[in-house]
Amino acid sequence: MSRDFDWSAFVFLLGGLRWTIVLSFIAFAGGTIGGLILAIIRTSRYAALRALAAAYIGLIQGTPVLMQLFIAFYGLAVLTGVRIDPWPAVTLAFTMYAAAFLGEIWRGAIQAIPRTQWEAAAALPLSPAAQLRHVILPQAFRIAIPPTVGFLVQLIKGTSIASIIGFIELTRAGQLIVNVTFQPMIVYPIIAVLYFALCWPLSLAALRLEGRIDATLGVAQRP
Amino acid sequence: MNYVFQFGIVRDHLPELLNGAWLTLKLSVGAFLLGFVLAVVLAFLRSNGPRAVRVAVGAYVELVRNTPFLVQLFILYFSLPAIGIRMEATTAALVGMALNFAGYGTEILRSGIDAVPRPQIEAGHSLGFSRLEIFRHIIVFQALRTVYPALASQFVLLMLGSSIVAAISAEELTAVTNSLQSTTFRSFEFYFVATGIYLAMSLASRLALHGIYWFVFERGQPTR
Repeated sequence: MSRDFDWSAFVFLLGGLRWTIVLSFIAFAGGTIGGLILAIIRTSRYAALRALAAAYIGLIQGTPVLMQLFIAFYGLAVLTGVRIDPWPAVTLAFTMYAAAFLGEIWRGAIQAIPRTQWEAAAALPLSPAAQLRHVILPQAFRIAIPPTVGFLVQLIKGTSIASIIGFIELTRAGQLIVNVTFQPMIVYPIIAVLYFALCWPLSLAALRLEGRIDATLGVAQRP
Repeated sequence: MNYVFQFGIVRDHLPELLNGAWLTLKLSVGAFLLGFVLAVVLAFLRSNGPRAVRVAVGAYVELVRNTPFLVQLFILYFSLPAIGIRMEATTAALVGMALNFAGYGTEILRSGIDAVPRPQIEAGHSLGFSRLEIFRHIIVFQALRTVYPALASQFVLLMLGSSIVAAISAEELTAVTNSLQSTTFRSFEFYFVATGIYLAMSLASRLALHGIYWFVFERGQPTR
């Protein structure tokens, strides 16, 4: 009693793809806020705060996302005492994950700005917050764009494991379709192609941006 | 919150967890070695092969890097049997991890190869070296030294990513944790401890990789 992989099955996959995009977007937006805070803390002069942020990033980058997802899923269940929906656990886990990686990328971008820029801004004289906002961040932003887009690709691919705790995104939708059509040879390659269609343009964009920015920096840095 | 944590039961099952961790380590190192050899071959073909081969290698690298590892595993483990290629879960995990690592490794090696100064390669040509000899004697070692940190990070990512093979029930750390938590109903405690084991393994492998770098590239060299 199986049905063939047909148009309606494909539409179902596209529905899953939509949730992959929504989840990636939410995690990226949340991660942007968290990552910016982490990056600023990591480049601040408060050693204790720096160490704390570094520990958080080390913890997230040193453990599997899947484990973080399980802990969020079962941890939330333990805290609230009820078995919860995968949705809050998945968004929480991927937001925390994105914050750590973006924070680390942006810390690098902020630190890539020459010391003299801080000094010049301080001499103007701008307050430390104004130095960061008007002088450092706009420059760091340009350096940070290519690796940030690169991370977005990693994030989109990463959301596939939300399927393991039953969140219905593209990969889970694919599994469900395989369960009724018994055609893994058709369905999984289509899933791969859909991810590829989403990620490859971003990868290319990251590459292109990298080239452009290297070129402009090269001009800017010539004495 | 009136939940009482019980880590005692995790201690009772620690040998099983460590067994799983051991398989995680074996899979990671095995996939790293296989994937690394493949990456070196692919990197050579990408810079020296005929045009069609270069394009094929490029396509492989882009495919691996722009699709999720989980989906790659599903194709290996669930799709391939439909055309008669059957693997056990652990084998599929190893093959999947190696193929995945090879994709990233090829790209990483490329940047190292590009960084080798051109005159050295021209010098090799004028000495009458073949392309393979130039690759072997002039390029590889220097390229590896340049990209070693990136390869080392990629190994840690490979090991952490290996938790995903639990989805095709290869009995490594994550899968063992999954089955233990489902029989003991102590999910939070088990995942907490398993995460700690992963953290310890990634810190230990960073340390070991650092030691290997020193042993291969810096031992016996005059300090600069």
